[in-house]
Amino acid sequence: MTDAATFRAQTRAWLEENCPPAMRTRMPEEEQVAGGKRAEYVRPEQKIWLDRMAAKGWTAPTWPKKYGGGGLTAEEALILDEEMQDLGCRTPLRSMGLSMLGPTLLEYGTEEQRQTHLPKIISGEIRWCQGYSEPGSGSDLASLSTRAVLQGEHFLVNGHKIWTSNAHLSDWIFCLVRTDPTVKKHDGISFLLIDMDDPGVRPRPIKLISGKSVFCETFFENVQVPASHLVGQLNKGWTIAKRLLEHERKGIGGIGARQQAKFELPPESVAKMHVGEIDGRIADPVIRDHIAAYSIDAHAFQLTRRRAAEEAESGAPPGPLSAMFKYYATELNKRRYEMLLEGEGFQGLGWEGDGFSEDELRFTREWLRSKANSIEGGTSEIQLNIIAKRVLGLPD
Amino acid sequence: MALILNEEARMVRDTALEFFRERSPIVALRKLRDDNDPDGFDRALWRQMAELGWTGFLVGEDHGGSAFGVTGLGQVMEAAGRTLAATPLLSTALIGASLLELAGTPDQKDEHLPPLVAGERIFALALEETARHAPTKTTTVADSANRITGTKRFVLDGHIADYLIVTANDSLFLVDANAPGVTRTRTIMVDSRNAAIVHFDNAQAEPLGTRDHLETVLDRARACLASEMLGSASEAFERTVQYLKDRKQFGVQIGTFQALKHRAAHMFCEIEVTRSAVTAALSALDENANDAAELCSLAKAKANDTIFLCGNEGVQMHGGIGMTDEHEIGFFLKRARVAQATFGDAAFHRDRYAALMGY
Repeated sequence: MTDAATFRAQTRAWLEENCPPAMRTRMPEEEQVAGGKRAEYVRPEQKIWLDRMAAKGWTAPTWPKKYGGGGLTAEEALILDEEMQDLGCRTPLRSMGLSMLGPTLLEYGTEEQRQTHLPKIISGEIRWCQGYSEPGSGSDLASLSTRAVLQGEHFLVNGHKIWTSNAHLSDWIFCLVRTDPTVKKHDGISFLLIDMDDPGVRPRPIKLISGKSVFCETFFENVQVPASHLVGQLNKGWTIAKRLLEHERKGIGGIGARQQAKFELPPESVAKMHVGEIDGRIADPVIRDHIAAYSIDAHAFQLTRRRAAEEAESGAPPGPLSAMFKYYATELNKRRYEMLLEGEGFQGLGWEGDGFSEDELRFTREWLRSKANSIEGGTSEIQLNIIAKRVLGLPD
Repeated sequence: MALILNEEARMVRDTALEFFRERSPIVALRKLRDDNDPDGFDRALWRQMAELGWTGFLVGEDHGGSAFGVTGLGQVMEAAGRTLAATPLLSTALIGASLLELAGTPDQKDEHLPPLVAGERIFALALEETARHAPTKTTTVADSANRITGTKRFVLDGHIADYLIVTANDSLFLVDANAPGVTRTRTIMVDSRNAAIVHFDNAQAEPLGTRDHLETVLDRARACLASEMLGSASEAFERTVQYLKDRKQFGVQIGTFQALKHRAAHMFCEIEVTRSAVTAALSALDENANDAAELCSLAKAKANDTIFLCGNEGVQMHGGIGMTDEHEIGFFLKRARVAQATFGDAAFHRDRYAALMGY
């Protein structure tokens, strides 16, 4: 057996033995584990599964072992992912620490920062949130005005962040702050790690159109942050900020290649259920055509993701493909929910209570949630700007 | 399924790109059109293409081919699409060669494949009878002595073909294009490419394969045509992006305008997604994969939408100059419309895709 085949067999055996049956079911949104001191587990298996995976470092499969990561190669991580998908294993831990901050610290952090923060991200002990946007700085992120003034051994931070996802459930926040207001906007930004235990940090949840409150605004009032919590150099935070955004967009661009695809109801099944069938086909030819148009784009995009992976594997330099992923994946995900609701008809209009199935109510909420996909992490319009500039070379 | 080309396919692509750029730029198509060229294509160019081996990509070595495969021919067609080269690649190197190779008797192969590979014999598929692609709607009949009666339209390269492959009675027949009872009328098309209406009145034919053979070959044709369309769409797109950098209005390059940038960036995405679908379809055909049929409909549906987008946006973004016959961007718009209708428009392929996927 090749090394890869051996690894696959061992991984599968381990997963079969260690992944509790309850963790091989469709994961409702409220059972997604993000860790942190305030984590609440609906079922004990969530914690058991997290602890087992974390012990192997497989919550962060490719991170170095010395920080508690899995130390896997990209190929091995892919095999792990494939085997988890095949068995329907839930992702044991999904957090901004894993998807965004960790990779950034590995690249720009000091050894001390890595030693301090990475193990707790991997184990799920500490939950991080992102302090980027501000009420006056959305797409124009670099105009941010949250101030950090260096006073001896500390920064004094004052300001107002918004769309800080799950800040009220988080322990630490990675923040972009203005450390020099006198220079060009990109040149006066720093990247700071802030402990949310400080009484000057106050998160407030924001109720969204989906009825949920995953986003917050977060206020900073005379917060004292040790100077050692600066990542990278003073006033050089914009480069780190952009790098982290790439990680964020890669994560959001992964929408559609979900871990739990095998539990998902495709739009055509939903349409058949509610519109009816004639000879095995969706009875309404217009709805059928809409769904086929969506599915064709989704299928072609899935092939594009695979093509990019093959290109990366073949050692070709990273092509222009990655630039389009965030844009295309999020626009497709929005269309997917439109197709689901179109197929459901009246059954797609319920908000809560009787008269609707669990899935129907869930789709309504997820349909609304999906509208944020093309806004968060850089809007679709910002992604198109990036493609126009970096890929097509169109002038500013 | 491979989504990136191997070394050999890349070499074919590079050779073909250079060949068409040098020997058959768009001015060649314009000249064929303006001269009312009776053949509608360049026979010398076709023989050069045969010398490069492209006519034999789907023919076995025992008849002078290389059996290099559909992916290879797709690369040649993509390159031809970039310069809108008018050649019998689709009618002859793909459809004629495939049907003879897959369905021909040993005698038919011995008789027809060597001259086909040499670039000396042209074939055309006489399939369509209605105003849109309908491979199963056939009223043309063959009697018990294989004499064919009926009318076919949109027969690509029909008026220059030496032999016609005709659908009748739900199977395929081979007819000498110059046989008694065959009347061919060239139709002048908006894209300046070859097509004809063909009447059969008790024309003598011989059997050549079944509907299954036709289905297999139609999928090859769809995938390779999608590849040609991808080439045309990419070229129209790249010329348009260049124009956005060159053209100045209000004292700046018009490519600085976000209204144009965003549309250009969107086109880029659609082209890349289409490329994945086309490559997957070509690869699936070469591997005889189970999902080849749906991938071919996927590729043709995406290529239809993308060439429509790039053709129309190409003219719009060029503004007034894009409306002139002198400028070449309009040739892409014209070709797009014909290619979209050939072997199934987007609605046809969305419906087929849905049926194959079980809804």
